[in-house]
Amino acid sequence: MTAQFLQFLFSGITIGATYALAALGFSIIYNASGVINFAQGEFIMLGGMAAALLAAQGVPLPLAIGIAVVGAAVGGLLVEKLAIEPAKNAEVVTLIIITIGASLFIRGLVQVTVGKGTHALPSFSGDKPLEVLGATLLPQSLWVLGVTLVIVAVLAWFFTRTLHGKAMLATSHNKLAAQLVGINTKAILLVSFGLSAALGALGGILVAPITNTSYDIGIMLGLKGFVAATLGGLGSGTGAIVGGLLLGVVEAMTAGYISSSYKDAVPFVLILVVLFFMPRGLFGAKLTERV
Amino acid sequence: MSTPGSPKSEHRSAEHAGFRMSGKLKGLLVLAAVLLLLPLLLSNNYQYDVVIRIAMNAIVVIGLNLLIGYTGQISLGHAGFLGIGAYASGILTTQFSWPPLLALLAGCVAAGALAFAIARPVLKLKGHYLAMATLGLGIIISIVITNEGKYTGGPDGLTVPALALSGFELDGAKPWYVVVALLLLLVTWLALNLIDSPAGRALQAIHGSEVAAQVAGVQTTRVKVRIFVVSAVIASLVGSLSAHYIAFITPGIAGFFHSIELVTMVVVGGMASVFGSIVGAVILTMLPQLLSTFEGWETVVFGAILMATMIFMPKGIVPTLAAHFRKGGSK
Amino acid sequence: MTRRNLLKLASAAMAALAATSMGAHAQSGDIKIGSVLSVTGPAAFLGDPELKTLQLYVERINAAGGVLGRKLALVHYDDGSDANKANGFAKRLIESDNVDLFIGGTTTGSTMAMVPLVEKAGVPFISLAGGVIVVEPVKKWVFKTPHTDRMAAEKVFTDMNKRGLKKVALLSETSGFGQSGRKETLAVAAKHGIDIVADETYGPKDADMTAQLTKIKGVSDVQAVLVFGLGQGPAVVTKNYAQLGIKLPLYQSHGVASDEYIKLAGKAAEGVRLPAPSLLVADSLPANDPQKPVVTSYRKVYTDKYKEDVSLFGGAALDALMISVEAIKKAGSTDKAKVRDAIEATKGFIGTGGIVNMSATDHMGLDLSAFHMLQIKNGEFTLAQ
Repeated sequence: MTAQFLQFLFSGITIGATYALAALGFSIIYNASGVINFAQGEFIMLGGMAAALLAAQGVPLPLAIGIAVVGAAVGGLLVEKLAIEPAKNAEVVTLIIITIGASLFIRGLVQVTVGKGTHALPSFSGDKPLEVLGATLLPQSLWVLGVTLVIVAVLAWFFTRTLHGKAMLATSHNKLAAQLVGINTKAILLVSFGLSAALGALGGILVAPITNTSYDIGIMLGLKGFVAATLGGLGSGTGAIVGGLLLGVVEAMTAGYISSSYKDAVPFVLILVVLFFMPRGLFGAKLTERV
Repeated sequence: MSTPGSPKSEHRSAEHAGFRMSGKLKGLLVLAAVLLLLPLLLSNNYQYDVVIRIAMNAIVVIGLNLLIGYTGQISLGHAGFLGIGAYASGILTTQFSWPPLLALLAGCVAAGALAFAIARPVLKLKGHYLAMATLGLGIIISIVITNEGKYTGGPDGLTVPALALSGFELDGAKPWYVVVALLLLLVTWLALNLIDSPAGRALQAIHGSEVAAQVAGVQTTRVKVRIFVVSAVIASLVGSLSAHYIAFITPGIAGFFHSIELVTMVVVGGMASVFGSIVGAVILTMLPQLLSTFEGWETVVFGAILMATMIFMPKGIVPTLAAHFRKGGSK
Repeated sequence: MTRRNLLKLASAAMAALAATSMGAHAQSGDIKIGSVLSVTGPAAFLGDPELKTLQLYVERINAAGGVLGRKLALVHYDDGSDANKANGFAKRLIESDNVDLFIGGTTTGSTMAMVPLVEKAGVPFISLAGGVIVVEPVKKWVFKTPHTDRMAAEKVFTDMNKRGLKKVALLSETSGFGQSGRKETLAVAAKHGIDIVADETYGPKDADMTAQLTKIKGVSDVQAVLVFGLGQGPAVVTKNYAQLGIKLPLYQSHGVASDEYIKLAGKAAEGVRLPAPSLLVADSLPANDPQKPVVTSYRKVYTDKYKEDVSLFGGAALDALMISVEAIKKAGSTDKAKVRDAIEATKGFIGTGGIVNMSATDHMGLDLSAFHMLQIKNGEFTLAQ
């Protein structure tokens, strides 16, 4: 009984950590610009794909990962520079459609250049599963969880201890005030896209040895990341992490104890229930609306 | 700002209404003329098919635009209502032998009821939370349709019989064209009239600022719920019709991608513009047909076009063009 | 004003696009083969090799002189795995492109969406979908080349009976392929004395199936597991299977009949059994096997050109093309009724999927002997003992 429960928990936390990284990406961009970046899923895909392709060509794994993350970050910067910035002060719905266009563009480009096949990335430290109280855990899962925790710690330090980080937070609270104090909000937006892309890519790379990667894995992962971010409260870093982990675990528990065919409905039922009682998500800020 | 319904505002609006009415009436007449003359240009069933699909999309998008464009409520799950209508018609006519029109009505009632039940809690949410809730609703509907294969045929779909009314079967391109064209004209007229009415002005007030509208006495929640239900029923109606027209339905009709397609039509054509809805439907229905020459690059080109359109015409095509022409002419 | 000019440019581009795409593709005099395939979207795993195969072989046939002295022209559209779009493109092929016959319909959904149109217009249609419903009940103008999911289930159950496995857990994909497979599996289980003790599902893009497998592992009397899915899903299931240390015999469906599965599942695929046509074991076939020349040739031609492995979906497309070509030759023209009759009269046709014998009541023409039971040994497909 406990072994079964533990197994569900492990699989839930592993996939939940990926959702959490995706959700973080959504929250960071949302904070800087109020936009929901539908292309976030594609950055997750780019990370895994680039690393897998490089590794297949013989590039040593750490180097492949580094190049992939940087590449995805550059992709994020390009999207911001070429698609978001020119739109200036368009309505939020318009910006959403632009990011949808960007996601189609990126996905289509990968599909044409790399093809529709699935690619595998070697596990970082082997495939031999570890036995924990009757349940098994892949070493790769430990990597996913470990790196996620490290990232969360680094980001927390960045946002609260460094000037750049505090500038980003300031922009998210009040863009006008931030500009008045001399913060270059344009640059902040650029950096936030790059950072989100890098985070997403890293998540994609961490999980690729377990799930394999292909040109279209970004769709579902991006969507679930968005759900996780909303669940936790848009714009809240803690919320993104909690939302992602919660989502992964509830999904796994539903598949294990209730019905595997309705497990995909879980994120959406969950969000409807949570939003019904907490209209701003679990940790979302209480906003006052300026009339 | 005066409260709607007071004598002074009626007088002022009558003046404005007189001017605006003729502008909108002009548009309606142009639409009617186009629909009347279009068959002269269409030479085969395939071309009729494209036009019929455009018209069906346009009808749904007009309803969705009332919601998104005029009240500013984002709905990312609208295809779910389309799915309800389509599957109500499909299941009731094939498995329970209901007459098609009754099934269609049942679909509209179901969609309307669901929209009504969900509207109050959902519409209290703001912005992206609302988008997420509607997204969730749409996806839940499509998952249910996919899983309950015994009734819905599951992912492999369901064959739907033709729309029949006491022996007369609606079959063939030309009869369907007539039905859909008339429906489009009707819905356009209704939407235009709604915009010009006190209810319509209430809608626009909500979009401008919900708090201000409430202060002005507009019962924002009630209006929002009503529009949500109306747009859901329209979607269900078109869902049922398209089920009979294509004679085959799959769960994809209620899916996430279809919802996004519809929202894109609204935004590209022009939010808060009835004719914009029609233009958006035309462009986004025809684009895949035109892009078929690109063999493999369709997604890339489509994404690029979408980005370019939204960057250069952020308000949508019709409002941007209208602003251009107004700048040129006298104000 | 740059914006105005940009608008003008855009409208001119749209008009040019409209002109080129609505215009004719093929020369008059060519034999037009219409094709609607799911080259993008969830079914791209099947549609991509189908298109590649058709394009490659149409080119080869034309290079060798064509059919009845005329060149073949492949007019194809991508339905993006959407049955609605398939229906629209079918209308375009029939009304606008005036094709002589159809090969396509990657998924059962797309095929069924096109069936009423081809039946009404009287155009021969060879479908590439797996669902039994395509040819049962038999429709006058509709044929198919891929093996049905019922055949896969029956082949698996026959093998299970041989090994004395009676209690089976089923894990199926929520895609059309998976659900149709599940339906047929449940339908024929009793006939073979098989008891389905667990019935779980997973989504085609799911990353982790340990929850479902843990549940199955917990069922007390389960003796074997059958997975019905395609593409990357079954590979993830296989890896999870190994991770959880499940020692029960694992059977897959013909949906994993490609080298990509072995590549993705890695060592975990060792010992997995699946029903597949001889295409996958071309090299180990005895020299006198009638299929040997056909499958080895296809294997070589396809991998030489595309540098990727063959799959049975591409093979089904090849069979459909060749059956059509034979039928046109036999009919002596592209008269649709004559070609249809010739297709229906196909007997002893040696394809990549098996030996095809069609009739008025059987529009597929394959029987259980078209499937071999394979086992993965040392990272290769081998004939199971």
